[in-house]
Amino acid sequence: MSWNDVVVLLPEIILTIGASLLLLGPFFTGRPKRSTSMSLHPVEEPAAAANTGASAKWWTLALLAITAISVVVCSSLAEGMTLSASFSQMFALDAFSIFFKLLFVAAMAMVVLLSDDFLRESRYSTWEYYSLLGFALCGMMFMASGVHLIAIWVGLELMSLSSYILAGYYKNEEKSTEAAMKYFILGAVSSAILLYGLSLIYGVCASLNLLDIAKVMSTLTTNNALMFGIMLLGAGLCFKVGAVPFHVWTPDVYVGAPTPITAFLSTGSKAAAFAVFARVFYVALPSFHLDWSNVLAVVAALSMIVGNLAAITQTNIKRMLAYSSIGHAGYILLGIIAMSSTGLRGILIYTVVYVFANLGIWATVLMMRRHEYAGELIDDFDGLHKRAPFWAFAMVMFLLSLGGIPPTAGFIGKYYLFAAAIQAGYGWLAIIAVLMSAVSIFYYFRVVVAMYLRDGQDAEVANSTSLQLVGGIALAVTLIFGILPAPLISQVEQSSQWVATRAAELHGGR
Amino acid sequence: MDALTANMPLVVFLLVGTVTVASAILVVAMRNPVHSALFLLVTFLCVAVLFVMRGAEFVGAVQVLVYAGGIMVLFLFVVMLINVRTLPEERITSPYWLGGIAVGAAIFILLATLVRTGPYHQEVNRPDILESIATHTMETTVAANGKATTGPVVHYTLAGNSEAVGNSLYQEYLVPFEVASLFLLVAMIGAIVIGKRELGAMEEETAPDFILDRVKTEHEVKEVVNA
Repeated sequence: MSWNDVVVLLPEIILTIGASLLLLGPFFTGRPKRSTSMSLHPVEEPAAAANTGASAKWWTLALLAITAISVVVCSSLAEGMTLSASFSQMFALDAFSIFFKLLFVAAMAMVVLLSDDFLRESRYSTWEYYSLLGFALCGMMFMASGVHLIAIWVGLELMSLSSYILAGYYKNEEKSTEAAMKYFILGAVSSAILLYGLSLIYGVCASLNLLDIAKVMSTLTTNNALMFGIMLLGAGLCFKVGAVPFHVWTPDVYVGAPTPITAFLSTGSKAAAFAVFARVFYVALPSFHLDWSNVLAVVAALSMIVGNLAAITQTNIKRMLAYSSIGHAGYILLGIIAMSSTGLRGILIYTVVYVFANLGIWATVLMMRRHEYAGELIDDFDGLHKRAPFWAFAMVMFLLSLGGIPPTAGFIGKYYLFAAAIQAGYGWLAIIAVLMSAVSIFYYFRVVVAMYLRDGQDAEVANSTSLQLVGGIALAVTLIFGILPAPLISQVEQSSQWVATRAAELHGGR
Repeated sequence: MDALTANMPLVVFLLVGTVTVASAILVVAMRNPVHSALFLLVTFLCVAVLFVMRGAEFVGAVQVLVYAGGIMVLFLFVVMLINVRTLPEERITSPYWLGGIAVGAAIFILLATLVRTGPYHQEVNRPDILESIATHTMETTVAANGKATTGPVVHYTLAGNSEAVGNSLYQEYLVPFEVASLFLLVAMIGAIVIGKRELGAMEEETAPDFILDRVKTEHEVKEVVNA
């Protein structure tokens, strides 16, 4: 262990210390002062709790800012090394991990902003909530930089463990508890499956380092235990991204979890799982591409079909977005199946686009929240353009981006993914993807129709600065990268270079 | 008799393995939670024996100390505290039991045919692998064509089993080990957040201690305060 080792993990170390310190927050800010009136009306309590809640938010944002700065500083410190791996070659600080780390921090900062009002309205403790978000981010960053399957697995588990608790954070609400329970049990089973897959891969390759695995695999022609290991690894990861045979938890958990946590699960958590998916399959498993790509192709096709068709009939917007996120997992899988530099770029671009568009939608959904469940039904969006014309417009842009319509960034992402699928000879998969995008536009437009063509209800729109900030950032990213994609594309090309060339070397060698 | 002594490890494995599986099934099949807990204890002990048979003495000892010793006591404490004598009479089997058994059998056959055959890496099958300490170094090797490449090289030195485990935990797997301790922290936060009694903060401050001692829920506090 040397200073170089520490540099690679410095952002995670800072984040871990910071997240632990957040737990001590209540001791330093003190208990909120209560009014002496004897009112037992629960509505008046949040106003007093707002005091500490607000400072928790600021401390968390400051921590995230420090983490982001440390990621950038460490990346420049570690520059010059093509792949600087540390701690027995377990963690790498390459362009790929920096790209995802910064994306995770940005997404997490937006989730924190989304959570602010939501937490103030409840009387659940804020500091633990933000601390758990910090630990989840820490796990995600381990996942992005891990080049060793055990390192990746512990990162994945840290993220999942925090998400299970956060999904059940509203413990007095039956739906939230149910969501946490389902997520926990299914998640535990899936990580057991993943771990079993890892143990089989270790048995065959005698190493869990991605590069060593790739090296051993390139000498093998076929191996039963290895095939089974890859299958179990794929199954575990497919559970985390919510691809079809393993998607059953998604709708229930997304609906039951507190809305900001749903936003986190559908953006940050998913992006982290795809970072791992891409890294493991591109770096470690290219030699067996022919064997696993066909299985993944079926998974991707089923995800797109089932996710998008099931979304059509939903009346609850959280449930609709859950099914649509299953479909999006299918699209991103195209990039992994394609196993080419275009595919990898597609994954990175689409992840960015999807994360920001989705966070924008969740911000709009949270704005509609007036009482307990308002804003959850598509009917709640009736006549939104009269009440909040700007946010109705923003919502249309986000939905267009998810649907992949040109003026928005979603088009660029889908273009890359579909092109990669066609180049790799998966024309049929690209056809399914295009057809299902058309289906998705149909149900996205149900929301647009509700907002513009139906008469409004009296549900008001929350006037919250933090929600507006999130919506504004998401809208800016969606539109700027839609009109001027060049900076994003060149950044992605740079970030995916190392992983893509590794994959090309090994894949071409077969 | 010679055949028996020659195959002793296999005989012990089959015996212990059968007991492991049977007691694991009984853990979920028992209606009395105390019985379930005791069968869990049997499972843990049998798994420890299996570890020792594979040469992982340290893990076997830890299995006995931590699982059979620590975690079982915790289980029994919880069982005693919540004081459930028998579970309510309801069907344990779900309507999907037939499908479940079919899937389980299919996976078992898959494992037995595919996973058992391997073939596995010779390094993993080395008899001394559990007794060896791995050291990672960067070394320059000169290939036959005179081209020098620098890459990570692993050296193995022989040591005791516990020493080898300790070394790999605190040297090679230091960071994952530390992250695993973060799991415990997160789990603890979760247990506190979900488990703690949530009184309305107002009631908590205004209600006198003797009321707080007597009542269990926030609702009861409200009733008492209003009265």
